[in-house]
Amino acid sequence: MKRGDFVGHVAWTGAGILYVLGAEGIVRQAASAAPGAFSFVQISDSHIGYTGPANADVRGTLAEAIAAINAMPVQPSFVIHTGDVTHLSKQTEFDDARAIMSSLRVPLITIPGEHDVIGVEGPKRYAASFARASAMGRGWSSWDQGGIHFVALINVGEGETMGKLGDEQLAWLQQDLAARSNDTPIVVFGHVPLFAVAPEWGWTTVDGTKAIGMLQRFSAVTVLNGHIHQIVEHTEGRIRFATARATAFPQAVFGTPGATPGPLKPAPGTLLDVLGYRTVEVGTLAAWQDHSLAQA
Amino acid sequence: MGMKAAFLAAVALVALLAATPATSKPGTVVHIRDDAFTPASITVHVGDSVTFVNDDDDAHTATADDGSWDSEGLNQGEKWTHTYAKAGTIKYHCTVHPMMHGIVVVKADS
Repeated sequence: MKRGDFVGHVAWTGAGILYVLGAEGIVRQAASAAPGAFSFVQISDSHIGYTGPANADVRGTLAEAIAAINAMPVQPSFVIHTGDVTHLSKQTEFDDARAIMSSLRVPLITIPGEHDVIGVEGPKRYAASFARASAMGRGWSSWDQGGIHFVALINVGEGETMGKLGDEQLAWLQQDLAARSNDTPIVVFGHVPLFAVAPEWGWTTVDGTKAIGMLQRFSAVTVLNGHIHQIVEHTEGRIRFATARATAFPQAVFGTPGATPGPLKPAPGTLLDVLGYRTVEVGTLAAWQDHSLAQA
Repeated sequence: MGMKAAFLAAVALVALLAATPATSKPGTVVHIRDDAFTPASITVHVGDSVTFVNDDDDAHTATADDGSWDSEGLNQGEKWTHTYAKAGTIKYHCTVHPMMHGIVVVKADS
């Protein structure tokens, strides 16, 4: 995409929030990634199986997100689903989610959320439906693509604690990053935010600071999470964090009086405004943009 | 109904109640509501059952910290019952909401 086209697209979508990631870190401005830049799409929190008042058709809204991605004129290199594909880890839910996402035109990568690993059978069903052959331990993995080092972390299903990486995964991460030079662009995925958004609501990774410490020497790190069904951005040094919208339903902003972290019923007619997907371009610079399903 | 008839009816009722076999007492119910177990701490006896009912518009579980029992995922309106076979104090939590905790104290039958 040409620079002018990209800036124009940002202006047209209006609500898009864009960051540029370079050797100097990310600054908030509109600019293009390099021509032919590597691109991918993030979707999250589809909760297939949820039937409550916040969204009567979670399968339909996931399908809308997939259709919007399939309609992109330049297809991304892959789509990453950052967890809570299902609501209750039931086999029918995994089957429905797989069927809907199988229409993607590009490869799908998923990481599990806590809703995907419920009970004894949940982790097995998740693995049978979505596990990557290259994954380690409980499913974490890394790969190099387009000059970027991608890391997919698993911060659910570690003992009784949600929002935990665990010592085995942290040791793997340290080893995985050791061979990378400081100027390697790093993109990290995880379901639960790696930083403390709101521990009172389970919106944190209790040992996330250990992973963040390992990432601080790199000049350009992007950490993309789901779990909280809303966009929250955060910076620590040269590391930028962004949580994503869901495809299922919104959740309250932490601290809203009387609110709990459960599904939030949107005002009538506004559901698609608060659901969405995220496009990311990574080249010499990297940029991401959030799109609501209402814009799709 | 005369006094005598009323008296006989009362005697019959007493006899009927006396003849009725002892039924088990109603099971203890823990409601999952507003992201909390209510009541958060319960005391039962060996052999008693506890039913966990999810009143929230969200998924929850009631899962023993030691892994000895697990409701698995409960949608709104769903319930799950567990019978406690041995005495002890069992802490439990919701696997999808780690800030939710409860305790079941199981006392030996006396």
